[in-house]
Amino acid sequence: MNRNRKDIIIESLTGISVLLIIFIIISILAITIKGGWPNLSWKFLVEFPKDGMTKGGIFPAIVGTALMTLIMTIAAVPFGVITAIYLAEYAKENSIFAKTIRFAVKTLAVVPSIIFGLFGLGFFIGFIGQNMDKIFNGGVLKWGQPSILWASLTMALLTLPVVIVSVEEAIRTIPVEMREASLALGATKWQTIRRVVLPGSVTGILTGTILAISRGAGEVAPILFTGAAYYLADLPHSLSDQFMSLGYHIYIMSTQSANVDATLPIQFATTLVLLLLTFSLNAIAVILRYRIRKKAK
Amino acid sequence: MIHRVLKHKRTDGSNEPEKISFAGKKFRFSDWFAERLIKAVAFMSIAIVALIFIFVFREAFPVFRMNAIQNVATVNLVPERYGEATENSAGSNDAAQTVKASVSDGKYVKPSSTLLARVWMPVSDNPRYGIIPLFFGTLKVTIIALLFAAPIAILAAIYTSMFAKPWIREIIKPAIELLAGFPSVVIGFFALMVLATVFQDIFGYASRLNSFVGGFAMSLAAIPVIYTITEDALTAVPKTYIEASLGLGASRRQTAFHVVLPAAAPGIFAAVVLGLGRIFGETMIALMATGNAALTSMNPFESVRTLSATIGAEMAEVVFGDTHYSVLFLIGSLLFIFTFALNAISELYIKNLVIRKYQSKK
Repeated sequence: MNRNRKDIIIESLTGISVLLIIFIIISILAITIKGGWPNLSWKFLVEFPKDGMTKGGIFPAIVGTALMTLIMTIAAVPFGVITAIYLAEYAKENSIFAKTIRFAVKTLAVVPSIIFGLFGLGFFIGFIGQNMDKIFNGGVLKWGQPSILWASLTMALLTLPVVIVSVEEAIRTIPVEMREASLALGATKWQTIRRVVLPGSVTGILTGTILAISRGAGEVAPILFTGAAYYLADLPHSLSDQFMSLGYHIYIMSTQSANVDATLPIQFATTLVLLLLTFSLNAIAVILRYRIRKKAK
Repeated sequence: MIHRVLKHKRTDGSNEPEKISFAGKKFRFSDWFAERLIKAVAFMSIAIVALIFIFVFREAFPVFRMNAIQNVATVNLVPERYGEATENSAGSNDAAQTVKASVSDGKYVKPSSTLLARVWMPVSDNPRYGIIPLFFGTLKVTIIALLFAAPIAILAAIYTSMFAKPWIREIIKPAIELLAGFPSVVIGFFALMVLATVFQDIFGYASRLNSFVGGFAMSLAAIPVIYTITEDALTAVPKTYIEASLGLGASRRQTAFHVVLPAAAPGIFAAVVLGLGRIFGETMIALMATGNAALTSMNPFESVRTLSATIGAEMAEVVFGDTHYSVLFLIGSLLFIFTFALNAISELYIKNLVIRKYQSKK
């Protein structure tokens, strides 16, 4: 075979791989939009499910997902930001402590999400929750069962590395000269971090938070047995209530429902809502991150 | 993403280490306290990993203890007739038997001795917790998924870093990053509703959901992981390598495959290992698209049940502290050990290899 022709064939093979991936992304989007758009309406978003979940909307699932990600954010973002500050500002590159933390963060990022679910069940519900019941509640079951609090905390552990990685990246784009200027003016290291480094990495913190929310809203495995419910007639009122979530709703409707075909429009519309939510959050994060990197150059 | 040695950036581009001496500064409590607090919070991530280890194993451990109690019973109490008695009572199964079997009294069930059985039948009169078919299923789906994901992702990364024009690269990279943002339940739903039907029309197999559909869907989850890290590894290869090769008259294709690819091989290996970890632990796609029957057939169009899907499907229905509950935690422990080991390999071994390679030549 002629060398030029071989070049062209192999180069186009790599190009075809890219096209294949793009094609799959577009077809997932197109099919979800085609199946879900006709059923998407304001009523669908603000109504409770009706008639044994074969009709009505997904209001409680939207509220449940929002509340869960809110609690998750409150738990994950401060811890993530502080860990990132440690890694970027305090840790010496070769200290064993810093290396171990980096390894732990990477481990958290690759542990399968179902393991977080098991951990939530064994630690939050089985250990902390049940002991809380014994001590504060006289043995009455309140915290020792699946609830929105335990699901959110489980999800916070899962999204912690997402926050840490984005924030650390952003902190590292702040030039050393700015730190040196602040220190030269007599500020202490902590004052420099608080007044110079943190304000400069707000975009990074925002990116990390958005990515964490998008990840948390889409994950289902960690909440399967730590708090998600099949159907609730009411919204969660306290931290010990169970909740409905968009992802779990899709899973349960498409696999466990008695009549899968009848609820097909609802499933597609729910998938479209979840996909639009995570998609737009990710798009915002990609743009923000692009701006950070551009600034760094 | 992983191999970049992190350093503060200087605006003038020089790479001096940022050593700033604090000797002679006045001691301030707020500074001292802030540093301690930040360090303590940072320690949390180590603590969390340790706690996951401890608590997942703690719930799994009773499986083995149950066995120990029962061995004592076998040896000391009724050494000869025990086996017969078990057989008889198992033969005359009734509702009461079922209840007893699921309670861990160790007399009717041998929880850990059934772990290597060929059948996964956790809910039956005579429960058997054979995890071999689950292992087989996971392995089969993982291989199928990797066969799709690795070549496509690596070729796409080569195109992006070697052949694509800059403006095309700016479109491709974020687009594939967006695929990483698709929730796995959405990919699972797509596989369940669309892929399963399309593949059934093409190949004409009997069971609609099977390891092929599941494996293909999981490859969609692994492609962004493998792609991103491979692309990073390819970009990290020094420009001088490429210029030297092109200068000697090699074509861009030859440079890509004979110079850049070998130089980035450890990084690409790390990418595939991390993609493998992602597939291995994937739960929602496995639950929705593999059919969930614990079969051990070599046919890719038969359904399988993976380890993680088993946990996901059965954990909600088991009794807290029951044998079945412990066995599911045991499966979780195995999954955790496996992904932990994969991560350790890609971190420690490969990272060292990459750094050594470039440090000597840069």
